[in-house]
Amino acid sequence: MSGTALDPKTAPAFPIAARAAMKDSQLQRNVHHATQVIQTKRARVVAEMADWQELREAGEHIRRHTMEHLDFYLQEFEVNCARAGGIVHWATDAEEARQIVVGLVKASGSDEVIKIKSMTTEEIALNQALESEDIHPFETDLAELIIQLGRDQPSHIVVPALHKNRKQIKEIFQREMHLADLGDRPEDLADAARSFLREKFLHVRTGVSGANFLIAETGGVCVVESEGNGRMCLTLPETLITIAGIDKILPRFEDLEVMLQLLPRSATGERMNPYNSVWTGVHAGDGPQTFHVVLLDNGRTGILADWESRQTLHCIRCAACQNACPVYRQTGGHAYGSVYAGPIGAILTPQLQEMHYAQSLPYASSLCGACYEVCPVKINIPEVLIHLRQKVVEQNAAQVSNSFDIEALGMKAMAVTFRNERRFRAAQRMGRAAAKLLPRKDGWITWLPGMLGGWTQMRDLEEMPQETFRDWWQKREKDDR
Amino acid sequence: MTVETSSKLEILRRIREANHTSSGEEAARNGWRGVPRNYKRARVHPQEVMLDLLVDRLREYDATVIRSDHDRIAHHVALRLEERGKNGLVIPAGIPASWLSVGFEFVRDDGLTFKELDMLGGVLTGSTLAIAETGTIVLQNLPGQGRRAISLIPDYHLCLVCTEDVVETVPEAMRRLQNTATLATTFISGPSATADIEMTRIKGVHGPRTLDVILFA
Repeated sequence: MSGTALDPKTAPAFPIAARAAMKDSQLQRNVHHATQVIQTKRARVVAEMADWQELREAGEHIRRHTMEHLDFYLQEFEVNCARAGGIVHWATDAEEARQIVVGLVKASGSDEVIKIKSMTTEEIALNQALESEDIHPFETDLAELIIQLGRDQPSHIVVPALHKNRKQIKEIFQREMHLADLGDRPEDLADAARSFLREKFLHVRTGVSGANFLIAETGGVCVVESEGNGRMCLTLPETLITIAGIDKILPRFEDLEVMLQLLPRSATGERMNPYNSVWTGVHAGDGPQTFHVVLLDNGRTGILADWESRQTLHCIRCAACQNACPVYRQTGGHAYGSVYAGPIGAILTPQLQEMHYAQSLPYASSLCGACYEVCPVKINIPEVLIHLRQKVVEQNAAQVSNSFDIEALGMKAMAVTFRNERRFRAAQRMGRAAAKLLPRKDGWITWLPGMLGGWTQMRDLEEMPQETFRDWWQKREKDDR
Repeated sequence: MTVETSSKLEILRRIREANHTSSGEEAARNGWRGVPRNYKRARVHPQEVMLDLLVDRLREYDATVIRSDHDRIAHHVALRLEERGKNGLVIPAGIPASWLSVGFEFVRDDGLTFKELDMLGGVLTGSTLAIAETGTIVLQNLPGQGRRAISLIPDYHLCLVCTEDVVETVPEAMRRLQNTATLATTFISGPSATADIEMTRIKGVHGPRTLDVILFA
């Protein structure tokens, strides 16, 4: 039932995927509209907080501190969760996590699960794994339902179907829910989802969720949501399985006072989202009586080991950086070839792939810094992007022996040329002669040959002036005399 | 019970290698105290201004808010039920009898099935506290509030909030909740909503589509 998952291992490079996305004007209109609305709302509710910068400061420090003591806090969480009746599992990679979850669902005796929106389960392609074992996952978040029924893929961390407009959603629901008379007002569509899922909520015995925060001090888990589908999945099933990255730890319950102010305002531009649930293990007579937590590494410890980019792990998945990014707003999320799109995706995805795949993503940015400005925990995304670009270059240079690295050779030749005035002037003359052939009638160069084409792939180059600055300066001195 | 699986040991080993050290309780506690917390952590408004703020915020979320004296609660409950066209409501154990208006049917939750909750038209609960700045009401599994399912499955929620339980900021709320932090806890800010379709906030998806609040002194 699911479409092909976004997989950085097989996805085309960003410039190629982006070019295709840029041709889809409907997609562009939808993404523009949605990101514009969220940004306006966010700006309004952030502006009313006189202590916003102090909250960001606290958020950054809490996250950094957590990473420095991650081994202690994970164990503290495990002990407290277990004391409250929860069962904690550890998964080093996606495959291990999928096996654990599939095993737990089978043990629960159910061949259906209801799911809360979870990017972590998207990251490990859990739905495909469940389906291959004849277990049917039902996505219950409205946007994820749109994605699942449309055999589509998420394009945004918080609003995964923001690339679809109401007409497109109506068509998907009409077809998949067999509702010929369905209207296209958002209210009609939400009503259709309510009726479609209500019976599932009341009958499916196993739920799967992600987590926004794992609280070490209490062993509690916090999920932040809007629709109430989360509360349904957390409360009504007999068995609940929560999958969370090891980075989701918060030291203390009290730390929620910072995160529950930063996250909703940054994510959806609300002072508080409609529902936050906090539960701790198993509560007698209230909610699931079997509760599992799967703690997932899947590349996160590798990011932790790189001190210049470990701040990537501070992310609380609010997607404010996606909404603010001029690149994301043009291309939408699918071009990133990963469930994590936008600026945070550009740094998170290649690192989760240990830099073996998605190497084009650190370049999918103009380094304008808008992402850093809106980040609620002050992740310096441009700094990490530059660091990762350096890693990509070093890695590629290490793969071919130096004498065959054309780019490195070119850089060396350039250094030799730039060091000597005579050689530099000669190069300028040659360049101008060669460049005469390239400009279009409007004076712009849109194509350069060979390796230089990397420049014009993304941007146009202005025609070279008839006269160099040096020539003009010398002539000017002569004229003055 | 915790089990030392090889995956657990491997993940902890990787973290310690990445951090060049292994952390312990004392180091973690000391480090945590060093987090700068210069944000607002206490109330700045007088009581009445704060209560007005709560009412404004709740109304912005499309909740209906009624101010009441303690003696008039049952009267206002009756008015709400009449306006919403309800004959009765589900109630958790521990609701004071003085809140219940005569002439309506109140069904106590002694383990109602989900199907039964779905058939019943609404629920009446108290609350642990409310946060003015964000328009948030906090429910916990306590007498007068009950288990999570009862305030979730019925389509209508009538929630009573005592003015003494209103705080201005999120940090004040977390401090009050600290001692009961391990109870099942739900923060509710307006009725169920979504903005998944073209970022238009629509009231009511899966949780109660209507939220009425009686704020009593």
